[in-house]
Amino acid sequence: MIILSKEKLIDVKDLATYFHTEEGTVKAVDGVSFEIYPGETLGVVGESGCGKSVTSLSIMRLIESPPGKIEKGEIIFNNKDLTKSTQKDMRKIRGNDISMIFQEPMTSLNPVYTVGDQIMEAILIHKDVNKKQARQEAIDMLTKVGIPLPEQRVDEYPHQLSGGMRQRVMIAMALSCDPQLLIADEPTTALDVTIQAQILELMNGLKDQFGMAIMMITHDLGVIAEVSDRVAVMYAGKIVEYTDVETLYANPKHPYTWGLMHSIPHIEKDVDRLQAIPGSVPNPLDFPQGCKYNTRCPFATDKCREIEPEIEEIEEGHQVACWHVDKLEEAKAKEEKEKE
Amino acid sequence: MTEERLLEIKNLKKYFPVKAGVFRRTVAHVKAVDDISFHINKGETLGLVGESGCGKSTAGRTILRLLEATEGEITFEGQNLLKLDKRELREMRKEMQIIFQDPYASLNPRMTVADIVGEPIDIHGLAANKKERNERVTEILDTVGLGTEYMKRYPHEFSGGQRQRIGVARALAVDPSLIIADEPVSALDVSIQAQVINLMQDLQKDFSLTYLFIAHDLSVVKHISDRVAVMYLGKLVEVADKQKLFDDPKHPYTQSLLSAIPVADPTYKSDRIILEGDVPSPVNPPSGCRFHPRCPYAMEICSEVEPEYKDYGEGHYAACHLLEQE
Repeated sequence: MIILSKEKLIDVKDLATYFHTEEGTVKAVDGVSFEIYPGETLGVVGESGCGKSVTSLSIMRLIESPPGKIEKGEIIFNNKDLTKSTQKDMRKIRGNDISMIFQEPMTSLNPVYTVGDQIMEAILIHKDVNKKQARQEAIDMLTKVGIPLPEQRVDEYPHQLSGGMRQRVMIAMALSCDPQLLIADEPTTALDVTIQAQILELMNGLKDQFGMAIMMITHDLGVIAEVSDRVAVMYAGKIVEYTDVETLYANPKHPYTWGLMHSIPHIEKDVDRLQAIPGSVPNPLDFPQGCKYNTRCPFATDKCREIEPEIEEIEEGHQVACWHVDKLEEAKAKEEKEKE
Repeated sequence: MTEERLLEIKNLKKYFPVKAGVFRRTVAHVKAVDDISFHINKGETLGLVGESGCGKSTAGRTILRLLEATEGEITFEGQNLLKLDKRELREMRKEMQIIFQDPYASLNPRMTVADIVGEPIDIHGLAANKKERNERVTEILDTVGLGTEYMKRYPHEFSGGQRQRIGVARALAVDPSLIIADEPVSALDVSIQAQVINLMQDLQKDFSLTYLFIAHDLSVVKHISDRVAVMYLGKLVEVADKQKLFDDPKHPYTQSLLSAIPVADPTYKSDRIILEGDVPSPVNPPSGCRFHPRCPYAMEICSEVEPEYKDYGEGHYAACHLLEQE
């Protein structure tokens, strides 16, 4: 565990982003609070539609409006509230202080420009350099992300590169202005497992080298375990559990986190049968009343169906939003007994 | 488990022509599946793993003759499938079904669930009249955990997990003995994957099904399979009993593939072998062993001679020069 300085890099407070569609209001993110410290990796894990990507797009102020709107909350970054920043201010921050990489490197690169041109674009906007210097910086960045023959690759087009190489180019682009925060939205999901290993290793190395913080968004509990210092688990627009990575895996306190961990096959231990979470993720236009997980939760009571629990700290540095943390503990104890 | 072989593949090849120029002449071939041999025993699950482009899906489709094989032999219950004519093949298809990866693209949006699941019953004439057919559809939907109230609905009204259940029901409708499942859970959310995996395992027991389970997720393959086959660039590099393959992988590619899996345990420290570079193009694969440009143990012979794929004891097949030297 690295020692974290107490100064927060980014402080998200009670953020809510809604989409006002013809069918109704989608509360994609509904009151989430978290912080990221300099140099750490915060993992955000959840299934499709849980609001993890909308959270990151809200930080970047890339929510299309209408239909989307940041309804409430604050995003404090360098003593400034990004929710109140103008788009002009945001342009100075994006790609410079905060940058982002996406899941699908092919669709996020422009096919008609060379990779060099695309990396240089950010450098020319944010730094006081001429074209020749920018090109040299682009080549340096390609070298840093481990692309062979960077002098040659800099003049190639995205289609000439493999998926893993494209993701390296995306990373080179994102890091070209030495950002303080890198938001990575499912950066390895589209990649093969051996290439994923390469990219994760690269990101971890660059994080130390550049001293930046990473917000790692993924659905993969394996990736989260590997790269995160702390983790926020999201379900239906809310953070349901928030703690450091060791505690989360050793001692999950929310039934959803616990359920997820039991529903995936583990490579290092065999079970005869997986414990599936019943039902499916609720429709965001029609979330259940009370706790949004109550329709799938084995411990749900009438209270859960009526009142939504707020996230609160139950142990130091361990926040959970659940009425029945004790019931999960009983279930865990029972499971331990059965093992013996 | 009986060791009776349900399916036997010998020297199967599937090449796709690459055409270029004004006259669309064939200038090269994509060797998607290049001389693979394996078998599946009755009632077992064989996991077929590999990275994208290694030819695992092509292999699955060629076995069902959804793609015509370039060369080789596919023996299913004693019959060579490649020798069957159209009518005989249709008859045989009743015994072999497929489940696709994308539950959104593989169901016709204009058909109701009853028609999707009923279609194979009609084609194979398995029901005497409409009433019997509907009874059969109800029964199958019930088996996969979908109630009869869903029969008149269309695919868009279902979630991903439910759609995949419809896909399973359609495969099950003709009471097959072999189901080829091509990445059946990779498009589903984590919490839903387990539901479909459990369903497939239950059905296997209840209907004594044999599965060829194609996937890239090694933890899922390990969970569901009895034996596992690993493909790289159109070739099988290793086939073994699941425990043996995961505990004692013999091929360097299998070793690095296993070590690359992120483990959902922050205290776990793996000795990761990070492979250099990308998978080469199957149009012009490397000479000798196809893995040699990325192999951490490559020797001189590896770039010159293709290693023989053979049994290294108790059905643990592998193709690697390192093993021959031992």
